[in-house]
Amino acid sequence: MTLLLIILIPLLGTLLAPAAAVRGRMGAAVMAGALTATALALLFTLAPRVFGGETIVVSWAWMADLGLYFSLRLDGLGLLFALLILGIGLLVILYAAYYLSPKDSMPKFFSYMMLFMGAMLGVVLSENLILLLMFWELTSLSSFLLVSYWRHRADARQGARMALAVTGGGGLCLLAGILLLGEIVGSYELSVVLVSAELIQSHDLYTPALILILLGAFTKSAQFPFHFWLPHAMAAPTPVSAYLHSATMVKAGVFLLARLHPALAGSDLWFYLVTGAGLTTLVFAAYVALFKHDLKGLLAYSTISHLGLITLLFGFGTPLAAVAGVFHIINHATFKASLFMAAGIIDHEAGTRDMRRLNGLFKYMPYTALLAMVAAASMAGVPLLNGFLSKEMFFVETLHLQRFGDWAWLIPVLATVAGIFAVGYSLRFIHDVFFNGEPKDLPQIPHEPPRWMKVPVEILVVLCLLVGMLPAFTVGPLLATAAGGVLQAPLPEYSLAIWHGFNTALMMSIIALIGGGLFYLLRHKLFDLHGRLLPNEFGAKQIFDILVKAVVDLSRAITRLLENGSLQRYMALLVGSAIVVGVYAALQHGAMSFDMSASSMPVNAVSVTASIALIVAALATVLFHRHRLPTLLMLGVVGLFVSLAFVYFSAPDLALTQLSVEVVTIILLLLALHFLPQESQPESSSARRLRDALLAGTAGLGIAALTWAILTAPFETLSGYYLEQSVPGGGGKNVVNVILVDFRGFDTFGEITVLAIAAIGIHALLYNLFVNPNPAGPHGWATSRPPLLLSVICRPLLPLALLVALYLMLRGHNAPGGGFIAGLVAGVALVMQYLASGLDWTNARMKIDYFKVIAAGLAIALATGVASWFFAHPFMTTTFTHVHWPVVGEFEVASAMVFDLGVFLTVVGITMLILAELGKLSGAVKQGGGR
Amino acid sequence: MGHWMSVPVLLPLLTAIILLLVARMGPGVERGLSLLSMLALLVVSAVLLQSSMDGEYQVYAFGNWVAPFGIVLVLDRLSALMVLLTTVLALFAVIYAFNGIDQKGRHFHVLFHMQLMGLNGAFLTGDLFNLFVCFEILLIASYGLLLHGGGPLRSRAGLHYVILNLAGSALFLIAVGVIYGMLGTLNMADLAVKTAMATPEQQRLVHISALLLMVVFGLKAALLPLYFWLPGAYAAASAPVAALFAIMTKVGVYSIMRVFLLVFGVEAGALANLAEPWLLPLGLITLALGAFGVLAARCLRNQVAYLVVVSVGTLIAAVGLMTVESVSAALYYLVHSTLITGALFLLADAIAEQRGAVGSELRPAALVSQPVLLASLFFIAAIAVVGLPPLSGFIGKLLLLTSASGTEVMVWFWAVLLVASFLALIAMSRSGSAIFFKTDAAAVASHTHMHPVALFAILALTASSLVLALYADSLTSFANDTAAQLIDPLNYIHGVLGPDAMLSTTDMAMMEARP
Repeated sequence: MTLLLIILIPLLGTLLAPAAAVRGRMGAAVMAGALTATALALLFTLAPRVFGGETIVVSWAWMADLGLYFSLRLDGLGLLFALLILGIGLLVILYAAYYLSPKDSMPKFFSYMMLFMGAMLGVVLSENLILLLMFWELTSLSSFLLVSYWRHRADARQGARMALAVTGGGGLCLLAGILLLGEIVGSYELSVVLVSAELIQSHDLYTPALILILLGAFTKSAQFPFHFWLPHAMAAPTPVSAYLHSATMVKAGVFLLARLHPALAGSDLWFYLVTGAGLTTLVFAAYVALFKHDLKGLLAYSTISHLGLITLLFGFGTPLAAVAGVFHIINHATFKASLFMAAGIIDHEAGTRDMRRLNGLFKYMPYTALLAMVAAASMAGVPLLNGFLSKEMFFVETLHLQRFGDWAWLIPVLATVAGIFAVGYSLRFIHDVFFNGEPKDLPQIPHEPPRWMKVPVEILVVLCLLVGMLPAFTVGPLLATAAGGVLQAPLPEYSLAIWHGFNTALMMSIIALIGGGLFYLLRHKLFDLHGRLLPNEFGAKQIFDILVKAVVDLSRAITRLLENGSLQRYMALLVGSAIVVGVYAALQHGAMSFDMSASSMPVNAVSVTASIALIVAALATVLFHRHRLPTLLMLGVVGLFVSLAFVYFSAPDLALTQLSVEVVTIILLLLALHFLPQESQPESSSARRLRDALLAGTAGLGIAALTWAILTAPFETLSGYYLEQSVPGGGGKNVVNVILVDFRGFDTFGEITVLAIAAIGIHALLYNLFVNPNPAGPHGWATSRPPLLLSVICRPLLPLALLVALYLMLRGHNAPGGGFIAGLVAGVALVMQYLASGLDWTNARMKIDYFKVIAAGLAIALATGVASWFFAHPFMTTTFTHVHWPVVGEFEVASAMVFDLGVFLTVVGITMLILAELGKLSGAVKQGGGR
Repeated sequence: MGHWMSVPVLLPLLTAIILLLVARMGPGVERGLSLLSMLALLVVSAVLLQSSMDGEYQVYAFGNWVAPFGIVLVLDRLSALMVLLTTVLALFAVIYAFNGIDQKGRHFHVLFHMQLMGLNGAFLTGDLFNLFVCFEILLIASYGLLLHGGGPLRSRAGLHYVILNLAGSALFLIAVGVIYGMLGTLNMADLAVKTAMATPEQQRLVHISALLLMVVFGLKAALLPLYFWLPGAYAAASAPVAALFAIMTKVGVYSIMRVFLLVFGVEAGALANLAEPWLLPLGLITLALGAFGVLAARCLRNQVAYLVVVSVGTLIAAVGLMTVESVSAALYYLVHSTLITGALFLLADAIAEQRGAVGSELRPAALVSQPVLLASLFFIAAIAVVGLPPLSGFIGKLLLLTSASGTEVMVWFWAVLLVASFLALIAMSRSGSAIFFKTDAAAVASHTHMHPVALFAILALTASSLVLALYADSLTSFANDTAAQLIDPLNYIHGVLGPDAMLSTTDMAMMEARP
């Protein structure tokens, strides 16, 4: 539980720190400091158990099936890192409180800082590898926020994005690697994974898993060739650089190497990959650091180089190398954090970080200079300082390597070369900045910083000295515990002494110190040489930028190519897809044969004539499609012939429906034509027309083939049941109508809803629409004078037509008719009044809110359905009875007829609403447009 | 559950009718009714989900005509889950619209509830033709909603949308017609039985129409090569509509799951697993191209629309693996992606509102007037949608990756999914940077603040991601049960048609083997 609190307390700080800021500017810092101190105190309560050799594990189930537990672990390695994170964190918070200027937002800074701290603690205290990864990604995210803290600066934004892209991408690789590892071991718990080395390393998936995990580690720890993000992340405020980019976050990568050392290390693949990356990074970054003029740039490359050193040590795979690696982690964290802070003080007080301008600062800030010099000396590996000790251990390890065979001498030589560079850049840091003449046009006169800004540096420098001089008393127990945590095995023999006698390692150190000194003396010539050889700084950043730009450009090109906004294209794709899958499926089932002889109906003159007329009208619709009026007329002809076909095949209901739908739609379409522009769109290219013709033709033939196949296939459906049940179950002799209002009444209900929505949608669409009046056209039809004869005929027709509609509806259950057809008939009759007498005349006489008609229709349909609930039957269960009416005689009353009334009202309402909307639009046009 | 099952379909219709009648009584009444109905629906959906958990199929026969003769609604875990998800999303979308968007055109709430009716109907119906009807309802309603607010951009996008989808409907009708012509039934359970028993002559046509259905559902779901209409339409829609549309693509995904795991699932004899050769590759390519689209976007709305395409690709690829694990992972991911893309559409609108004329375009503009709030929300939502820890996107990705583990296509699946995540990560960091960091100091700053209801809706939808992650265990166990129920068609067939409806193909083979 304490372990959980250690992580949760900083995470809570994400909210608490800004909340505390309401009590003054320092509130956030105080809160952050207090929370960190609390977490540190809690860690101390657990420390004795870990020093006693215990591994503390606590676990809560999260997704047990997946192997994801919220399980935490505190062993030596975790303890070391938690101490670094919290201890240095505390110092950085103190430092930052004085570093940030009044313009910078304190709540924001400390909120992000605590988020990062909690995430980082999570990484080092996780027992479950997936949990570790989750915190790992959180560190990338919080680092994104911290680097982009000065959001107005372009370099901060770019640096943050680059860091996130590289480390986030690495995190995805790590995720894959961890999942593979879990696949091999069967668990993500470290306790299991760490003791399964043999199983893991003999598994087929070891190679991909290792590569993916290493990608994660190398990106995070800025190993070549993924190092480039780190220098650019230096756009962050200096406390962030000190904390994230030297002491903690970039150490997550090497932490992972240490953490999984018992499980993954030892194989040839591990050795070559890890030492290869480490060695390259060590030498390359040290070299680059030499030529940096920016203080933080120098420190950044130096950090990369030292991370390379640690990586290299873990790559050796030997227990002693691992001890040395852990030791260097501790030492690097102390001297590098203090150096960053010193660099921040210099920047803060002198206003620049350019070493070509910063000279002779010793006399302005002697105390700070002293601190920085000690830390830099530690970085160079000067004896009596902690950096010397671990570097010495490193040199010893390079000498004991057998794996490279004849090339074994190469590693100590390169290590020494890197040592020379390190001494060189450390000397430059000291001499250029604090001595070397006078400062050159600094923005301000530098002076010592506030007292409390120096305290964190002092503490770290004192630690460098103490560890450097009394290693066994100070760092000994912690190192032993931490190294034990890495190895998960008894520690090898090693001695933490300053003096091991005159040996090769000491010689290497001496060579490095002398070589570094020589280098510094010759620096101007070397700078020239470097400048001539590599005139333009060739950074991986350029490559990264080019890559990102290339990917974005590629994405844009692909997207533009695909989503080109052409409806014709999308339609072609739809039809094409249908053709492809249709043909594919058709070919899956052996050879096709069409039974041309099968025909249930005799061919005669009537059917041939009608078919030809249908075909001609359909073709004409296509040919005339650029001339709207003829097209519509042809479409009407097609519809009429389809109706006739229904009649021919003895389907009067369908024929009636088709006919009335045809009439209403054609009329409405004709009215709508008025609002379309006279000019037509430019003609498509002939290639495209050919393509479209081919697609349409193929699709048409496909449909024809399908139809033919169905018509000639033996047919066995539910229809028998419907015919049988129509009268006894549905109470109607007209099976079609019984199907519509009873068997499948819910479909009808759905379809009238569709119509209602369409009408409402049209209203909503036209509500605020401004339609260009058609300059060439006649007056709006709604206000134009209708022919007298038409109105004279139409008015008396209305009651007649309504009567017919009523009749059709009432008899629908037993004979052709029904609410839908009746509604359309009534609709047509009413539409005729508008056409014959004009909009104003009709509106004056028909003060009906069509929305209410539609709503009433739907409501009646719904109510009929719900009524059956009260008889404990499902929705729309029908009932019927026969009543004897005087005059009319025996008459059947079915509840479905009430439903049909709803259908009728809805259809009438919809027709009229659409008409009225078009009419209003026409009126608006007449009045000069637009509301 | 009795009549309760029909409530998710009928209540929205009733609400729409009432709203139509009280249209003149002002926005207060309209909103009150709309919200009340939605809350009632939420309760009913929750109860239905609870009742589905025992694994029993509940059948509601309209007009008391039993399957396969009448139309039935079928409640199982999947349909209950989809209905609840729809309701939750719709609730917050409509609450967001209370900020005034709902009054920018006519009958917003009416159309909104009609749309709900169509969605819930599609998820509940056990009848293929009725599915078509529900598709029509939600298509027409969504067209109306898409145009809500007016403007030439919307009209253009709406025209593309409606024409393509009407063509899709025609194709649907043709396919259903052919299937009915061959198998003589429309009830899905009965179709599954009849498909398994189809004669070799029937198989060809059923196969053709099955794949035509796949095209139709693919169009709805926005699957390659039929997704190009989506970015324009979704980016043009007003925010609450776009948020609701987050579930629309899932209707296509749902239909694919339902029809191709049931009717053409493992028990379909010669026509078993018809969709298998198509779904995985199409899903993966859609995912990849969608990720490119996310990176290519120059406007946040458009980017979110492409994130929808990414989610569809992911889902279809996972369904295409056709294992209990992968379908289960897909279900979890479906819930996550629906809610979070919904949240992002709303958020994009809230951001655009405060950036003046630049809107949601990804170029320098004045800093939004509520930078801390909006940036925090964007940060969290982006983490969720990209699939970074600790939110639901990460859990979903974890489930998807492990479900593909050990399969033949593992390398492809992992590579595409992870690279797409990487591209999305880059894209979202660029967008966040462009909107909140790279501001134009010269631009005139807006002083509008987000409406409290809008903030509430965004907060709730974003928070859902955390809830989904925290309760991932119970959710995945539900998803596992659902997938197990789904993957074996006999469950559904017996649930709807009774235990004697069909013996499994192995049983039939055994029976034939007997003398």
